[in-house]
Amino acid sequence: MSRIVIGPFNRVEGDLEVTLDVDAGTVRQALVSAPLYRGFEQILIGRPAEDALAIAPRICGICSVSQSLAVAAVLRAARKAQPAPNGLLAINIAHAAENIADHLTHFYLFFMPDFAREAYARRPWFEVIESRFKATRGTNLRETLPARAGLLQTMGLIAGKWPHSLAFRPGGVTRAIELGEQMRLLALLAAFRDFLEKTLFAAPLEAVIDLKTGHELEVFAERQGGAGDFAAFLRVAREVKLDQLGRGPGLLMSSGAYLGPDGHRFSSGLFDSAAGAARPLPFDAIREDVSHAWMRDSAAEPANAETIPDMSRDGAYSFAKAPRLAGRAVEVGALARQAVAGHPLIRDLLTRAGASSVFSRVVARLLEIAILTQSADKWARDLRLGDPFCAEDGPTRDGPVTGFVEAARGALGHWATFRDGHILRYQIVAPTTWNFSPRDANGAPGPLEFALRGLEVGDEGASSVAVQHIVRSFDPCMVCTAH
Amino acid sequence: MQRAKPFNVLWLQAGGCGGCTMSILERGASGWFEELRGFGVTLLWHPSVSEETGAEARTILAKIERGDLALDALCIEGSVLHGPDGSGLFNRLAGTGRSMLDWIRALAPRAFYCVAIGSCAAFGGIPAAAPDPTDARGLQFLGGDPGGALGAEYVSRSGLPVINIAGCAPHPGWIMETLLALSLGVFGRADMDSLGRPRLFADHLAHHGCSRNEFYEFKASADRFSERGCLMENLGCKATQAVGDCNQRPWNGVGSCTQVGSTCIACTSPNFENTRGFLQTPKLAGIPIGLPLDMPKAWFVALAALSKSATPKRVRENSRSDRIELPPAPGAKKQR
Repeated sequence: MSRIVIGPFNRVEGDLEVTLDVDAGTVRQALVSAPLYRGFEQILIGRPAEDALAIAPRICGICSVSQSLAVAAVLRAARKAQPAPNGLLAINIAHAAENIADHLTHFYLFFMPDFAREAYARRPWFEVIESRFKATRGTNLRETLPARAGLLQTMGLIAGKWPHSLAFRPGGVTRAIELGEQMRLLALLAAFRDFLEKTLFAAPLEAVIDLKTGHELEVFAERQGGAGDFAAFLRVAREVKLDQLGRGPGLLMSSGAYLGPDGHRFSSGLFDSAAGAARPLPFDAIREDVSHAWMRDSAAEPANAETIPDMSRDGAYSFAKAPRLAGRAVEVGALARQAVAGHPLIRDLLTRAGASSVFSRVVARLLEIAILTQSADKWARDLRLGDPFCAEDGPTRDGPVTGFVEAARGALGHWATFRDGHILRYQIVAPTTWNFSPRDANGAPGPLEFALRGLEVGDEGASSVAVQHIVRSFDPCMVCTAH
Repeated sequence: MQRAKPFNVLWLQAGGCGGCTMSILERGASGWFEELRGFGVTLLWHPSVSEETGAEARTILAKIERGDLALDALCIEGSVLHGPDGSGLFNRLAGTGRSMLDWIRALAPRAFYCVAIGSCAAFGGIPAAAPDPTDARGLQFLGGDPGGALGAEYVSRSGLPVINIAGCAPHPGWIMETLLALSLGVFGRADMDSLGRPRLFADHLAHHGCSRNEFYEFKASADRFSERGCLMENLGCKATQAVGDCNQRPWNGVGSCTQVGSTCIACTSPNFENTRGFLQTPKLAGIPIGLPLDMPKAWFVALAALSKSATPKRVRENSRSDRIELPPAPGAKKQR
């Protein structure tokens, strides 16, 4: 048995270290470590409740709107506030922009450059892929980065700036959008759709959204969408067999995404890949385990937990706690969101494979780019310009409350207790805390640790490009993971 | 504009959120990388965008540390965590067994310029907020006091102290314009303010050019968020005290904090993180404690009283609404 340490594991958000115990060319055990701790929960305690709107988003410059919205949800619960319908729509447009930008960045900047590595130099597709996706030099970047910046102009209109905005409130947003701004939103979204339909998908968004099976996806890659970057990925994925790589533990979770006047755009729930069925999510069954974290013992229920580091714990290897749902490790992210929401293509991919994979994770993200771009356009059209964008909210009531949203990378939960308008307790469980959790007291691995186990790395060891694909397929956000 | 030899930049992330990198990725008509190339700026390594990972990345860092690879600018994003007990182990650079504190102290003497990207690296920022759980510091400041991870006496090989591109997150233009000026050799001590911030943005106040200026002039104030009035009197806005050309150039192409009615929290200032009650203006006897920079209190009170009494009806009504209730009506009878 030999031990390999991979770090700095880059082209992910934040700091990541992956340790592999390899025996006879096979990964026997993986240990995933978040090596940065900043103490946000401690910083929040004792402050006025609203200060969480300024502090918590700064956990993460990538998912800052998601963090803002989780705070807004917590305050909304504590104030029994009824948000303005326009406010929810404007929030959803901004949140979609952040999440689309994240998915786009992941695909073009983080994930695809691995196929432009020397390891693939002998493959017939290499030259094309290298020219298109090489890190910092690929031809896509001249189009992708300006398209991303253009999309984020919607954030300038709604939130003033990104990342880190104070425009998001329990009752809605701080700016009432007027006719000119509504038209600018629609124009920006139309320009972004144009980029997607020319470059990423090379097909109308509807053709992507309407895909129902893995077979239809294959046909799409060869015919209608053949000229797009999505199809380029699909062809490489088939050749490299990404659908057999990085199988997840099977249970997928979504806490419900894009709350609108008529409920969530994507419902909350649990999806069991083996059974192929969704069921309700028992939010109160979430626990945190610190048996392998550099953390002091604390209550297992997030509502009563503290996050105080302890570097002396035997066997600890990460600043991340291990969240578990009724004792089980669950996978979160776009794949989980679309599986729970019931998208036929994602359900088909999952049930035929029996588990998540590198392939299905990436497909779900790109599918979601298409769906969200279409949805954001609808939300912008649905704004009723004469009505308020921010409803009054009352005083912050004492007691415990929760707020759940879906960040790009999956379920984000905030648990807060307020007293006299101040924060008494605050706990945050972020998407990658789920996906990249360390083992729990039973020795059960987190989803990435599970997905790496059994991987054949042969003689390549740390330089195995398959390890890179599996890790990045989760699109980890390490600054959220431990905070 | 192509330089004879490349300008080598190493960008590392310490105890931060990655938001400064997200900001800079918005830069450039053909994207950030094209703009860098156009000026001969080479990214030796950047954790979010470079191909090299693990051992390949460690090799680059080792070469720089040994002095085998010229380092023109060391860019650090995030605060430098000194805890626990001065070990820096709240932030290890993965795969190296060493703290970022250790790496930064090892690399900084090699750098021709040393650049703090964002308020965390400049002054400590949000992680340094009370109770400062990780002993977080800036590269050369702790809050507004010289010191930090590298010490008050540190100068990079150029002779300049750390250049502090403050902001949370900074405008991508602040980062890029500073880097380009450094790469062209036209940035000197005189281009920095007393806190090391580039004067290209720090010579301005966030208030300058604010779209709510007319409301400010008449002290026609918003009472609750989403109203169009001035945010200073009641809602905690510090734009009259915070440096930055925030309202003279657009953020994300079109916006700014105050433009959308969200409060300026002075994110370019040292110690901004220690505000309690970001969204409420602290007052003494009804008068805001934090008055506009360099304005005598008596004058402020007198002018505020006078301007409030002179506020036109249009300005007063619009200040308390989330949309324009009364548009300007040229030629209309003057109303108060």
